[in-house]
Formats: sequence, structure tokens, C-alpha cells
Amino acid sequence: MKRDPIYGIMAEFDSAQALVDAAHATHQAGYKKIDAYSPFPIEGLAEEIGFHRNEVPLVVLIGGILGGLTGYLMQYWMAAVDYPLNIGGKPPHSWPAFIVITFEMTILFAGISAVFGMLALNGLPMPYHPVFNVERFSSASKDRFFLIVFSTDKKYDPIATRKFLEALNPRSLSEVPS
Amino acid sequence: MSEQYKSSTELERVPVIEPGHTFGTVTEKISAIVLTRPASNGWFLGFGIAFMLTMMLLFATGYLFLKGIGIWGDTTPIGWGFEIVNFVWWIGIGHAGTLISAILLLLRQSWRNSINRFAEAMTLFAVACAGIFPAIHVGRPWLAYWLFPIPNTMGVWPQFRSPLMWDVFAVSTYATISALFWFVGLIPDLATLRDRTENPTLRIVYGMLSFGWRGSARHWHRYETMYLLLAGLATPLVLSVHTVVSFDFAVGIVPGWHTTIFPPYFVAGAIYSGFAMVLMLAIPIRKIYGLEDFITERHLQNSAKVMLATGLIVAYGYGIEAFMGWYSGDRYDAFTLWNRLHGPYAVSYWALLICNIFVPQVLWIRKLRTSPIALFFVSGVVLVGMWLERFIIVVLSLHRDFLTSSWGMYYPTRWDWMTYIGTIGMFLAAMFLFLRILPAISIFEMRTLLPEAEVKE
Repeated sequence: MKRDPIYGIMAEFDSAQALVDAAHATHQAGYKKIDAYSPFPIEGLAEEIGFHRNEVPLVVLIGGILGGLTGYLMQYWMAAVDYPLNIGGKPPHSWPAFIVITFEMTILFAGISAVFGMLALNGLPMPYHPVFNVERFSSASKDRFFLIVFSTDKKYDPIATRKFLEALNPRSLSEVPS
Repeated sequence: MSEQYKSSTELERVPVIEPGHTFGTVTEKISAIVLTRPASNGWFLGFGIAFMLTMMLLFATGYLFLKGIGIWGDTTPIGWGFEIVNFVWWIGIGHAGTLISAILLLLRQSWRNSINRFAEAMTLFAVACAGIFPAIHVGRPWLAYWLFPIPNTMGVWPQFRSPLMWDVFAVSTYATISALFWFVGLIPDLATLRDRTENPTLRIVYGMLSFGWRGSARHWHRYETMYLLLAGLATPLVLSVHTVVSFDFAVGIVPGWHTTIFPPYFVAGAIYSGFAMVLMLAIPIRKIYGLEDFITERHLQNSAKVMLATGLIVAYGYGIEAFMGWYSGDRYDAFTLWNRLHGPYAVSYWALLICNIFVPQVLWIRKLRTSPIALFFVSGVVLVGMWLERFIIVVLSLHRDFLTSSWGMYYPTRWDWMTYIGTIGMFLAAMFLFLRILPAISIFEMRTLLPEAEVKE
């Protein structure tokens, strides 16, 4: 498949409010493959571009369960199966004494899954990305807000989409080469 | 009417961030410390001293590996000397960082956004200092890996019924989660540094470290979920860590250790000393780097209030210990109390009461609570007091337990002191480097505090 030379059209806004309004209008207009960029998390922005749920909690839950099982079964196998030692007459399978490490391993695995799960779902690390081709985009990590309509969107049209975004009153408008 | 009421109460409160700032000025001001501000002579002097102390730590541990732990003051019956005292002290200091970054996040205390980053760094460096002590205390440090469930030629596994093993897991989990929390919080700010720096090499370095963060709404959505979940996980974790540390003592039957008050009283003491360290770091940092706009009087006051509250919990712990010494009717417990008040180490117990209970009461006075100099002084006193507390728990209980025939005295040697002061040097050296290399205040979280960040549906 031949790649489109244009990745999308990007509009720049001055404020968080303007970005949220623009994202809302664009999504309402039927554009589905869009994204918004901001220097800090904006509540409700992801919902405006049609992104409602993420799988991070599920990943963390699975990680936590696996961690707890690993912690407990490791202790059980080591202390009661592989090399039982009689220490002070305590039973080899002293489950109350195993709870602390089970708890710690649950937290450890869940925490690692949270961070690496978030990164993997976000497709990071990705040091290069087409949006970085836009010079003004370096302000996206400071004080500017960007909205992009991807060229893969069904409704995308180089002229009509540009006109639509212009009507949203952006500070600047640029084509993103892919 | 309600609007008027709201504005009048807001006027009385000192803001979390001084008015007049925008996204741009917040970004510039914090990133400039790292990117454009040249390192001053004062920085080189401070870092130089801290670095020399770190070298002293290396020297002391090098000599230890050569000679064995006989160079320390540890003797029978006091097998746990400075090493465990310092371990508990450092771990405790770390707790305030997690409290600020995780628990205050869950409680929606947005003032934490100005101090969480360097408090988390403080946690990380304090845990690193703490971790040194048990590792070099095992006698044959090259076998310290026996603490972990790693297969070895003996075929034997660690003893999971021992609180000391629980401690290994608690502390190593804590170190890992603290490092992850700190690093993941840095990612958006590293992206800011990547976009701000004019040095092409640094752009690549920061670009790689930021993983190519671009601030997409989808990414932020997952990021915020992750951050909240991590805070939720770190909260029970931090409470468990000092609880498990207290089990090292409380599960033993030594008089003065075998009490149920230990877990909560250890956690409160940890937060107490941790906030003292936060203040001792924040007060000079805000002054030297001109960050009074971001770390305002409000932060100092709130930290002082946390110190006051946890200090009172600690005082309650001392009270209960003394009460139980009398009320239990156990003659060994009663003797432990008498020995603290009148024994050979009585000076340290009286100093503890002055440092941890009497002096911090001045924080009831609003004027002192908002004075950086007074707070700096009180924090120093609290840090000394909390160190004495651990000294008293470890040494005073061990040196005179059940049989008079096995009584003894503990005298720390110069190597004990060099190791202890060396870790303080290492902690400070790491802080000095951190201030110059990474943004000491979370830039993206500061942006969310500005009024222009608010969005109406």
C-alpha cells in the first residue's frame, strides 16, 4: 500500500478551552480519526475526540493477581515443598507468615504493570513521530494546544478539511508530512 | 452572596502559586534552572563537600570489606548498632515523599504539585542510603544476594517466616515503585526539556528519556489512569513498609520491642522525620533558585502542620510505651523504662523528649510556622530527635535485657560515624545533581494549577 504523503492537518490553538471546543466541533462534524495534543492533561478532552475507556486498569488487575499468586506460590513451594526446614516447630506451610510477602509482590507486579502497560498501550517509546515534523509543535509541551485530523479519516479531504479547520479560528494551520 | 463569601475566604488563604503566572512563565522558570542557568560557585562548593563525604563513605565501606564488621562498635549483646539505626532513619525520611506524591494526590491536595517531584527524588535517594546499611551489615557482603530467593549451591531458600525477609521484600518493592513513580512523572517534563533545549546532544538525550512523549489526549487519558492507580498502590505500600520495619523489632521478645503500638507509631515517626527533611530541602532550594512563587508560605505552613500532627502521634507512642512499662507489671518492661530515664544512655532519652516533643510545639504559633528560618531550625531538631529515637529503640533495648550477665555497652567507632555521615553526603550529592539535571518541580502538574487550565464543557 502506498503511504499518503500527508499525515494530517494540524490546527494550533491558544487555550485549553479553545482546543476542547474545537475537538468537540470536529468530532461532531463526523471526523473520527483525530487527536488532540496539550501540555498537560485536560479533563474531558479524550472524551471529546471519542476516546472513552482505556485498558490500563485491566492490565494492572492482571499484574496484581499474577504478583500475588507468584508471591504466595513461591513461598509455598520453597518453604513447604522444595526444602522444608523445621524452624521453632512452625509448620512448613505457615500461611499467616507468608501474607506480607504476598502483599508486597502484589503491589510490585501491579505497579510495574501500570507503568509498562501505560507505555505499551500508548505505543511508547517512539522517539520519532510525524507530528514532530511541524516546527510549531515544539510548543505543545509548553503553552500551545493542537488538534489534528488524520489523512486516513474517511471524511478527510485536503481542501474541505482545511476549510473546516480554518472556520474553527485556529492560531495557525499546517499540513503534517508523513 | 455565595460568590462574595468564596472570594473573601480565598483572600485569606495564601495561594499555592503566586498570581500572574502563565503556562509559558511556569515552563520557562522551572526549565531554566536546568537548561540555561549556569552552575554557581555555591553549587560547586556544596556538591564538592557532599562528594567528598561520599568518597569517605566508599573509604569506610572499603575498609569494612577488608577488615570485617569488627571495626564497628557492634558487640554482643548489641549486634544491631548504627547500621540498623541509620537504616530505619533513612527509610523513614523517604516516607514523606510517597505521602506527598501518592496520598495527597488521592486526597486531591493540589498544593502538593509544587513539592512532589523533589520529595520523590528525596525518597529515592533516602532509600538508596538506607539500602546500603543492611547490605554491608550482613558480615560477608558478597553473599548479600542470599537475602533474595536466588537458587544457590546449598539448595536452601530464604526463611520466609522471618520479619527480616519480609523487610527485604518490602524495601525492595518500595525502592522499585518509588523509582517508577518518579520516572513516569518525569516523562512529560522531559519532553518539555527536549523541546526547550538548544543543545542538539541534550535534545537527543532528553528525547530518548521522554520516550517520544507528545502529549496526545489518548496518552494523557491512559497516563492519568496509570498515575492514579500507582498512587493507590503506593499508599498501602508506604504504610506497609514502615510497619514491616517495625516488625523487625516487634516480633522479637526483647523488652522495649515487643509491643503492638510499634507499627502505627513507626509510620507516624517516619512521616514526621520525612516532612522535616522536605522542609530542610525546600527552604534553601526555594530561596536559592527564586522559587518562592511556586513553593509558597502555604506549602511551608501545611508541611509544618503535618509535622505537628505526626509529632503528637509520636508523643502519644512514647506515652503509651511508658504507660505500658508501668501498667503491664512486667519487671523487664518496667526496667526498660527506668533504664531509659536513669541508665547510662539517659541523656539520649531526655534529648529525644526535648527534640521530638517539646521543641516542635512552637509550631502552634502561626508566626513561627510561616517563618522559613524557624522551620528550618525546628526541622533539624526533629531529624536529630528521630535519629535518637531509633538509637534508643535499637541500642537501649539490646544493651540490658533479661540477664545481668549479658549486659553490655555500645560505643560507636569512627567507622560508624564515617559511614553514617558518608551516607548524608551521598544523599546531598545526589540532590545537588538532581537539581541541575532534572526539573525539580513538576512542570506539567504546575500548569494544571493555573486558572487558565480550567475548561468548561
